[in-house]
This record gives sequence, structure tokens and C-alpha cells, in this order.
Amino acid sequence: MDIPYTVEVRRDTGLTNGKIGIWLFLASEVMLFGALFASYILIRTGSPSWPRGDTILNVPLATFNTIVLISSSVTMVMAWASLMRRRFGTYRLYMGATILLGFVFLVVKYFEYSAKFEHHLFPSTNNFLAIYFTLTGLHMLHVIGGMAVNAYFWGPGAKQYQTNPQWFINRVEHSGLFWHFVDLVWIFLFPTLYLL
Amino acid sequence: MANMADTSGMTHDHADIDRHVRVYITVFVALMALTIITVAIARVHLPVPVAVSVAMLVAIIKGSLVACYFMHLISEKKLIYAVLGLTIAFFIALLALPVLTVHDGYGIHEPPGELHSAPATSPHQ
Repeated sequence: MDIPYTVEVRRDTGLTNGKIGIWLFLASEVMLFGALFASYILIRTGSPSWPRGDTILNVPLATFNTIVLISSSVTMVMAWASLMRRRFGTYRLYMGATILLGFVFLVVKYFEYSAKFEHHLFPSTNNFLAIYFTLTGLHMLHVIGGMAVNAYFWGPGAKQYQTNPQWFINRVEHSGLFWHFVDLVWIFLFPTLYLL
Repeated sequence: MANMADTSGMTHDHADIDRHVRVYITVFVALMALTIITVAIARVHLPVPVAVSVAMLVAIIKGSLVACYFMHLISEKKLIYAVLGLTIAFFIALLALPVLTVHDGYGIHEPPGELHSAPATSPHQ
């Protein structure tokens, strides 16, 4: 049996089921990160002193990572636009660039974490580092998850473009929505943890 | 010219997509500029409440650009707006809870010694 409303839209919602599904998932993700931001506010305001992020963390590296993630959001949306123009080769280039930029983000994060561990700065060291590692660690897991899905649509999953192109385009759009959400979370994490 | 439908059922022709691409590039440039502004403001070392307000304002502008243009929220269906409206309401409540807890001051702003200096009231008395 075919999955309903993957290409054609439902008459009651005007949307495909996949689109509603990804937005409901993102809504739950907002609450997940919201709970952690609320914890951050509680811990910070309840603490007698709180270090400025730039005295402990590497701001130039994080700024570079911000640029990398924003660039990956652009390549992601350009990948979708390429499919809408029916340019499959260009799609693969942009999607490949998105995955590569995600990988660059992770490599930079690896160096950042390594530097902290070398200086014996662990999540157990203080509240600031505990919330820093929790928030950035969870965000990093999302980057890895998004990269896995994007890699599937770049590689084996791309075969669907030959058989059902519109469904494939819709799936890439949904994957893109998740990737932009990951970028959006970083846009708030960067000033919160590194600059304030 | 080929017409194509996305998941919201909207049709796009190639000229429409070209216009979208120009918007994406403009938004990308704006996001880069705002990132530089965020870092530059942090170097000024403003008082914490002002720094937090400015940093969050810039982050909200950047986030709105990503959500509106890259996530196409600027032209989305009512159901998605309804889901997000509900989410934002709960998100604000979630962030407000710790703020309210802090403002009641119970056990947080009291120096440790003063917590024990209050008259002892035992439930057994």
C-alpha cells in the first residue's frame, strides 16, 4: 500500500503529511532546547558569579563555525532550488557542499573540545562548562543526524529522483527544514554561550 | 515554462525559483553582516543586561531571517502557523518559569548564613 499524501496535498490542511510531520517534530525540538535554555537561565541567574564566555571559550573558532553553518544553510536551500529547476547535477553539488560544511563544523568542534579537555576543563568542572557541553553536545548530535539524512539523499536515496521526482524533492525540503533548524539553534547558542 | 508544486501545493515556475535564489543570497549576506555585528558588539563590553538584550535582538533578527526565507515560513499554510504559535506560547512559558522563580528570591539571593537565621518554625510546634 502506498503512503498517502506524499506528493499531493491533503484537502483539509493544504499540506502533505510529510510537511506536517516535520513541523510537529521541529515543534518538539523547540521545547527540548527550550528546556535547556530555561535551565541555563535558572543556573546563571542563581549563581553568585558567572564567567564571560569569551574568557573560557574560543570565540574566533565559534565565529568561524557560525559562518560555516550559515553557509551550509544556504547550500541546503540551493540544493532544493536546484531540484525545483530540475537540475540534478547541481543539486548533488550543493548537497555535497552542505554535508562537507557539516563535517567542517564537527572538525572545528572536535578541536574546541580537545583544547578544553587538555586544559582539564570538563562538564564536571563548573556549572558554566556543564551547560556549555550539554547544549553544544546536543546540538552536535543534531548536526550528525542531519548529515546522516543529507548523506542518504545525496547517495542511495537519490535514486528516488528517477522514479518519483516530486516526492524526492519534498523529502529534500523536509530534510532542509531540519538542517535550517539546527542552524537556527546555533544562532542563539553562539551569543548565549560564547559572547555573554 | 515548467510549473512545479512543492509540499504546500504552491506552484513555482523557473522565474519564481530564480527570484527565490536571489532572496537566499541576500539573506546570506545579511546573516554574515549580522554575525560580524554580534561579535563586534561583544567586544565593546557593555553592561550585562544591555549586552544580553542587544545580543538576543540580533539573534532574533538572524533567526527570523532563517525561519522566514530558508524555511519558507513567510508563505506557509495556516496549520503550520497554528502549530508554531502554540509552540512559541509554550516556549515563552518555559523560559518565564525560571525567571519567575528567580524573582521570588526564595533561597537563591539569600546568603547561606541568613537562611538559617530566620526564626525556627517547626511543623510539630
